[in-house]
Amino acid sequence: MTENNFALERIQRLHEEVKKRILVLDGAMGTMIQAFKPTEEDYRGQRFKDFPHDLKGNNDLLSITQPEMIKSIHAKYLEAGADIIETNTFNSTRISMADYHMESLVPELNFQAATIARQVADEFSARQPDKPRFVAGSIGPTNKTASISPDVNDPGYRAIDFDTLVVNYKEQAKNLVQGGVDLLLVETVFDTLNAKAALFGLTELFDDLGYQLPIMVSGTITDASGRTLSGQTTEAFLISLSHIPLFSIGLNCALGAEQLRPYLQILARKSPFWVSAHPNAGLPNAFGEYDQSPEMMAAQIQEFLELDLINIIGGCCGTGPDHIKAIAGLATRYQPRKHKEVSEAALKVS
Amino acid sequence: MKLSGLEPLVISTASNFINVGERTNVTGSRKFLRLIQEDRYEEAVEVAREQVEGGAQVIDVNMDEGMLDGKAAMVKFLHLIAAEPDISRVPVMIDSSKWEIIEAGLKCVQGKPIVNSISLKGGEEEFVRQAKLVKRYGAAVIVMAFDEDGQADNYQRRIDICKRSYGILVNEVGFPKDDIIFDPNIFPVATGIEEHRRNALDFFEATKWIKENLPGAKVSGGVSNVSFSFRGNQPVREAMHAAFLYHAIKNGMDMGIVNPTMLEVYEEVPKDLMERVEDVLLNRRDDATERLLDFAESFKGETKTREKDIAWREDPVGKRIEHALVKGIVDFIEEDTEEARQQFATPLEVIEGPLMDGMNVVGDLFGSGKMFLPQVVKSARVMKKAVAYLQPYLEAEKLKNPDNRKKGKILLATVKGDVHDIGKNIVGVVLACNNFDIVDLGVMVPLEKILETAKSEDVDAIGLSGLITPSLDEMIYVAREMERQQMTLPLMIGGATTSRAHTAVKIYPEYSGIAVHVNDASRSVPVAQTLSNKASHLDFKKKLAAEYTKLRNGYLKKGDTKEYLSIQDARANKPELDFNEETIARPDFLGVKVMEDLDLSEIRNYIDWTPFFITWELHGRFPKILEDQVVGEEATALYKDANAMLDEIISSKSLKANAVFGIWEANSLGDDIELYENGQPLETFRTLRQQTQKAAAAHNLALSDFVAPRESTQTDYAGCFAVTAGLGADKLVEKYKNDLDDYHAIMVQALADRLAEATAEWLHREVRTRYWGYTKDEHLENEELIKEKYRGIRPAPGYPACPDHLEKQTIFKLLEAEKVGITLTENLAMFPASSVSGYYFAHPDAKYFGLGKISRDQVEDYAQRKGISYDEAVRWLRPNLNYDN
Repeated sequence: MTENNFALERIQRLHEEVKKRILVLDGAMGTMIQAFKPTEEDYRGQRFKDFPHDLKGNNDLLSITQPEMIKSIHAKYLEAGADIIETNTFNSTRISMADYHMESLVPELNFQAATIARQVADEFSARQPDKPRFVAGSIGPTNKTASISPDVNDPGYRAIDFDTLVVNYKEQAKNLVQGGVDLLLVETVFDTLNAKAALFGLTELFDDLGYQLPIMVSGTITDASGRTLSGQTTEAFLISLSHIPLFSIGLNCALGAEQLRPYLQILARKSPFWVSAHPNAGLPNAFGEYDQSPEMMAAQIQEFLELDLINIIGGCCGTGPDHIKAIAGLATRYQPRKHKEVSEAALKVS
Repeated sequence: MKLSGLEPLVISTASNFINVGERTNVTGSRKFLRLIQEDRYEEAVEVAREQVEGGAQVIDVNMDEGMLDGKAAMVKFLHLIAAEPDISRVPVMIDSSKWEIIEAGLKCVQGKPIVNSISLKGGEEEFVRQAKLVKRYGAAVIVMAFDEDGQADNYQRRIDICKRSYGILVNEVGFPKDDIIFDPNIFPVATGIEEHRRNALDFFEATKWIKENLPGAKVSGGVSNVSFSFRGNQPVREAMHAAFLYHAIKNGMDMGIVNPTMLEVYEEVPKDLMERVEDVLLNRRDDATERLLDFAESFKGETKTREKDIAWREDPVGKRIEHALVKGIVDFIEEDTEEARQQFATPLEVIEGPLMDGMNVVGDLFGSGKMFLPQVVKSARVMKKAVAYLQPYLEAEKLKNPDNRKKGKILLATVKGDVHDIGKNIVGVVLACNNFDIVDLGVMVPLEKILETAKSEDVDAIGLSGLITPSLDEMIYVAREMERQQMTLPLMIGGATTSRAHTAVKIYPEYSGIAVHVNDASRSVPVAQTLSNKASHLDFKKKLAAEYTKLRNGYLKKGDTKEYLSIQDARANKPELDFNEETIARPDFLGVKVMEDLDLSEIRNYIDWTPFFITWELHGRFPKILEDQVVGEEATALYKDANAMLDEIISSKSLKANAVFGIWEANSLGDDIELYENGQPLETFRTLRQQTQKAAAAHNLALSDFVAPRESTQTDYAGCFAVTAGLGADKLVEKYKNDLDDYHAIMVQALADRLAEATAEWLHREVRTRYWGYTKDEHLENEELIKEKYRGIRPAPGYPACPDHLEKQTIFKLLEAEKVGITLTENLAMFPASSVSGYYFAHPDAKYFGLGKISRDQVEDYAQRKGISYDEAVRWLRPNLNYDN
């Protein structure tokens, strides 16, 4: 009960902070993990040394096998000035973990990742009480799409259905909340129906809990067509997910800041919720690497801020603590996006 | 209220009435029910597509039929339309009386749909439960005026139930007010039952009450119910729907399920009929029903052949001219123009005044989708007649006042080597309608002539058109030459093979002036207007540069992610067809056969009409298009005109169709097909093989695979053909053009094209059943022919299976096609343009396919086999290369 009260207090604080300033989200987790060049043995740790399947690449597992590595990454982002860090749980659903035969580990992966992040965030909040830090439970899209057939010869086929997604997302979120996250981030949405299932699951969870956590939703515009992978325009995406009082809606991944701008402008103009963005460090070069420098990225993000588009800003693929530091520096110099409709209505219901 | 499919649909107080497509509903459409019952989902999906193409802003999907597994059908259909972006761009209305079907549907759509419907019928608890779920799934909802005691059938019950439902939704469920839609029940009137007298009036009043008292709520309904008692009496039903909608919308109805083919325009309903209809709807007289019934008797069985209404002849002359232009009526235009001329100071003022005012109305209606291309072309005919009448007066005037410039002057030409010009002619007419001067150089225009004329005529822009692939290169040459000559005129690119991507990647970079792709005739007007205005010109140029550079970079970056096999590996993966007595058909006829002056009255039965409508920018499948919500009426008129002209062509023999075909012994040798005569090699067809990496069981196809290989030592056969239906077309077109009648000129060309295709279809059937004779007992209807449900194929060079136009030379040599009046231009377009040529293959497994992209190794190999240089091969195969050359 007391833990619950702390949680509700932090949520209240988050609602206050977002009105006062632009909040900074952290950068990429995967890019940072790669810098450690973890080996198969590192992924396995002691506990899974005899696990019968390859585990290299299962980044979410490192929260259990290499907790210090993950903690150090969180700490670097917090030092760089991030207000919100994301848990290392992008793929922690049974659907995605099936790739590693680790479905049964899902509750622990989420709980453990949330606990670690909570711990590091609390240390920073204690050190600097006027800059409270928050933990967002990262909920990825899974590796399956509910409204696109993976089989070109059978357009009516679906590899996953709504109900299965609801159950999976709810399980992930429940363990994230138990581990102590302050908000939930449904991100890299490339199929809006997946996201609707996630929101459905979260709403069920909130009914069970008896209180609600703020939800951030972040979609992915896949290319210059300005549409999600499942074909929606930015505005259609916004409309399709506005039935739940979200904390924020935004865009991340696939594009760099420069390419993201026109779509953010649409959100900034039409969204009744706060607006977030965490773009990639530019577009990948010929080798699939992101090579945009922190300065270059910050220059493009500055344009967002000047256009008054942003409430929450961070980085996705290819961004590191230096990028976040540059972005956080900028964020202090600008006012957050104001919107007269903003969330008064939404807040009332939440 | 905000809804979404792949794209948003925002309904505000300023929105017009929202039209919900109603054909994908098994309870409302027998045809749709049959398609679903027979598991013909592909065709069912087409029904949805036609709805959206026809202008439906939401599509209603209903699978409530006792014999169907409604839940499975709903899920399957929603999954299938989700895969069609041109359908799923609009929101769906999930329509069922069963909650489980609604819920299954809600789990399939990524956008924000409408649920149709929920109500208090099953009690408050169930209503609340369903409403909460609808909200959680993210949908708007239609609430029926229905409660535990039944359906609301009077004003008081309607508003009581709506009020109660609204209260529960807003206060208890927290349902967004904007997402609530009421259906206050549309019931039949004039049934003779006393209690039904106020049915329509109650609906209107309830609608008004809802809009005034329940903030945010919308009103919807199914309109055709109201006229139920007049089934079989179309004119009365249409009048009732028109009147009902008029009053309902006036009272605040926002959306509805309406069949537009059963709807008359309110103003066009005869006054006496309208008075009686409104008496009934508004319950204005005790004897209203009897009076309407009596009156309706006189309409019974009457179809739409009403007396031509000439009341508009009473209007002032300006109005009359406008009416004539909008309706395309030429009968009175000269006398009206003369009357106007006497009223105005100069003949130019007649053009700039009433004539242009009328054409502006036409332009607005066309721009807003309320008029369609065939109507606009008819308007242009009226305009041209009027201007022609004024011409002598204008000439006289010109002597006094030489400065008389139009909006702009556009040069149009079909490029060298290409003879296709229907699209170009349509663009010319549409631009002329919009007050541009058109210099049309016709077809096969060499670039020197295009550029010289552009200079001498001092035009504002050049428009190039072409249909065959080599025309794309020809357009690049034009751009290059304009650059060399340091010209700055804008260049517009159009025609069937052209594309925005090709223009951006291949033409635009060649020319420092503007080179812009123009998708269709309606798009040509704004582009031409912008280009001929110096101020907007610059701005346009900047925007275009950004757009095309992005497109080009995207294209170049994207590259080709497909995997390709070497030509050897592709050949190793060819299909092994069975060649035996079953599959090899010994022809009853060998050699070449010429057939002249064919019977067009027989051939017209083989016409595939769908492409004919596409030529006129009316999209939809024939014959369904005739009943289409939006374009149906116009399509029907066009179809009627087309058939009238066919009658005329056939009786006056103004078009002539000839055909020639040949069948020889043949064997394949690798990717070649060798033809033999008396055992001696005669000619060789060179075919091309697919090189893209295929899925496990699929093969890399070439047309040669359909002929028995030489090493099999079996004698097989192959053939080829050439037909034309365009002999005489030029003369006829010229005749109409001289008569300033573009409508009929374009009609001739479009029909000649269709007749050529029909001749090819007819000839193929003759060959199958008589000459080659392998299916003597074939009995297929035209629709089945169009779907190619027969054995054997007739692929045409220049099309996907065999994109190389050079093969036409081999075919023409074999057939001596010149003798039946068909020749090849230097770029291998056939002349007359309304001609078709191709191969014949008879193997039961022979099928059409697309070659796709090929690699350099095959191009080199092909050049060698054909005995031409590599560069020459590249020139003809450029669109199919998977590499930059």
